[in-house]
Amino acid sequence: MSGHGHGTAPATVKERADLALNDEFLRKAVKFTTERLRAGKKNAAEDHGNWDDWRERGRQIRLHTIANLDYYLNLFADNARANGVHVHFADTAAEAVKLSLDIARHAQAKTVVKSKSMVTEELHLNQALASIGVEAIETDLGEYIIQLANETPSHIIIPAIHKNRYQIADLLSKEAGETLEPDTQILAGFVRKKLREKFLEADIGMTGCNFAIAETGSMVLFENEGNARMVTTVPRTQITLMGMERIIPSWEDLEVMATLLPRSATGQKLTVYMSGITGPKRAADADGPEEMHIIIVDNGRSLQLGDPEFQELLNCIRCGACLNACPVYRHIGGHAYGGTYSGPIGAVLTPALKKNVAEWDDIANASSLCGACYEACPVKIPLHEMLIYLRRRKVEAGEGKLLEGLGMKGFAAAMKTSGRFKTVLKLGKLGQKLVARNGEIRLKAGPLKGWNSYRITPSLPKHSFRDKWKTLEEEIRHGLQELDPAAKARMEALVKEREQGGGGHEHG
Amino acid sequence: MKVSLFITCLSDALYPRVGEAIVRLLAKHGVKVDFPPVQTCCGQPAFNSGYWNEARKAAKTIIEAFEDSDFVISPSGSCTGMIHHYPKLFENDPLMHSRALDLQRKSYEFTQFLVNVLGVTDIGATFPYKVTYHPSCHGSRLLGVKDEPMALMSAVKGLEFVPLPFAEDCCGFGGTFAVKMADISGAMVTEKADHVKETEAQVLVGLDLACLMNIAGNLRYRGEPVRVMHLAELLYEGVTSA
Repeated sequence: MSGHGHGTAPATVKERADLALNDEFLRKAVKFTTERLRAGKKNAAEDHGNWDDWRERGRQIRLHTIANLDYYLNLFADNARANGVHVHFADTAAEAVKLSLDIARHAQAKTVVKSKSMVTEELHLNQALASIGVEAIETDLGEYIIQLANETPSHIIIPAIHKNRYQIADLLSKEAGETLEPDTQILAGFVRKKLREKFLEADIGMTGCNFAIAETGSMVLFENEGNARMVTTVPRTQITLMGMERIIPSWEDLEVMATLLPRSATGQKLTVYMSGITGPKRAADADGPEEMHIIIVDNGRSLQLGDPEFQELLNCIRCGACLNACPVYRHIGGHAYGGTYSGPIGAVLTPALKKNVAEWDDIANASSLCGACYEACPVKIPLHEMLIYLRRRKVEAGEGKLLEGLGMKGFAAAMKTSGRFKTVLKLGKLGQKLVARNGEIRLKAGPLKGWNSYRITPSLPKHSFRDKWKTLEEEIRHGLQELDPAAKARMEALVKEREQGGGGHEHG
Repeated sequence: MKVSLFITCLSDALYPRVGEAIVRLLAKHGVKVDFPPVQTCCGQPAFNSGYWNEARKAAKTIIEAFEDSDFVISPSGSCTGMIHHYPKLFENDPLMHSRALDLQRKSYEFTQFLVNVLGVTDIGATFPYKVTYHPSCHGSRLLGVKDEPMALMSAVKGLEFVPLPFAEDCCGFGGTFAVKMADISGAMVTEKADHVKETEAQVLVGLDLACLMNIAGNLRYRGEPVRVMHLAELLYEGVTSA
């Protein structure tokens, strides 16, 4: 197993990826589930119809909200306070942790039950709670499994995606003190029974937040297991941690998000439970927390505000569709990304949340820039372009690799004129004489080591296209056919249209 | 009307027959292709790696090479896609930005030009083989080239088309990615080649030589006899053998 406990993962992306690539269980499990989710999403989007129009609507709502984030955050905070919620703002992870611990101490809490929250993962809140003697219990099934394994989630939506049911049965059997069959019903049944007791004992219920509705100061949770319902109704105190970008203006906007999120995440038309919570328990309410806190976390998010290349990153609704679509994620799983967030969104978000470029690792290079993430994204975040911007910023900050930098200077020099390009080709043909046999290069050394470990490289033919051009041009001049008048008219119209400033075809 | 070939370095250096096929096919349809010899590489390796100063040098050479052309045709969706990045590359240089936009507007991937501009779908080719198709990411996702190759293939006599499972998944090339993250790239191309094998196709066809070199390299490494071709090659062979 390549499970990553806290702080035990290797330092580089390549090393972490190699661990995953050599773990057949992990690769099979990740492939199986991402394929299922991807197909589910595709069907759900097709069934719904006009999917690209919905994506555009979602994008517009997110663009508008983030462009006016200060206004909507204030509106949300004012309304939530009017509902009796204690609203706190935390600039850093440390501040958010301190606020949470202070509330826990004040409530004299012994245990906290948690529903799924990536922000609390980002803050490493469970360990912080443990350090003051408070036990945090994850109640989402996947998170519960991950907690038992002492690992971190490897997927935004499916935390234990890298484990198969036999591995899960082993973990749960240990906890149960008896052998449990690797049957989903039996395993879920055991966890349900176990967690019931925990819900009743807990002093605090802790949640994340899918969407915060500015117009009423409400927080909305999407879930499938009902555990978030329990977390937000049974304990006396509720703490909700939310990224500062979780805001949407109105309940009407939620309709669009509720259309996009479950379909993109799991292919569901609706999530099983969607809870809107507007303040603590009122006099007439039968249940709900007596005290409710919302901690709004920045932790690097505001660095994107006003940055034309990265502001759209805050539009993310954390559906995980980009992970399921990503051909890299599918082979290396989430832990290889080395941060709380994995997949394409993680590869961009993890560095972007850190101001100091020197702290960025190599993760932005672990992408073939295929654009599947952008295509899958329900709010059309151009992650494939952001990955290039990250690489550029690293180079601009002087954090690029020395050898690569020299190589690229050489590349630019060679490509500046066709004369130099021809010289490079000539040198290549000379150089390959040592290694090419029958039009193939099989050498596994130097720059070809990695490439040729999986492939055979063709060698350069005797004549390049430009060598052949003169003869070719002569030949076609003789055999030229008549251009179809309709095609000619089309070409002329296109040229004219361009001259008038329009026309052509834009970037898709 | 000046229709110029943007050969791309891969076709120029390694696969001149693809450029040749394009030139000959277009001549059959009355288009005399021009080849400005001052062209070099589109600059994508530097651009994607974050070396934009270096990329700008290559981009400038390409922009100048095709300044007088009315249409610029290339055998690669990815290199044509790179031209679509030029305006961003020169966003702080109004003069170069507008020249970059001009080039973007007149640039076409080969099948885009053939089908959408010349209006040709049936090229009169015969190719009696079982063929599968890998839609390269940049061409299909960024340029939206999806229907054009399908229309061309479906008009080829004798061609038996077999869909490639998970066709839209990246082959793992990704430029310097294949070198920097060789093992991830290797896993991706191995899976792609597995899917090609599953189809039992005799020929794998595509629109981007980098991706085709990648997949062909893995198929050859494993001793698989699948023939790998650019669609222009297939069409030209189908026309001349007909």
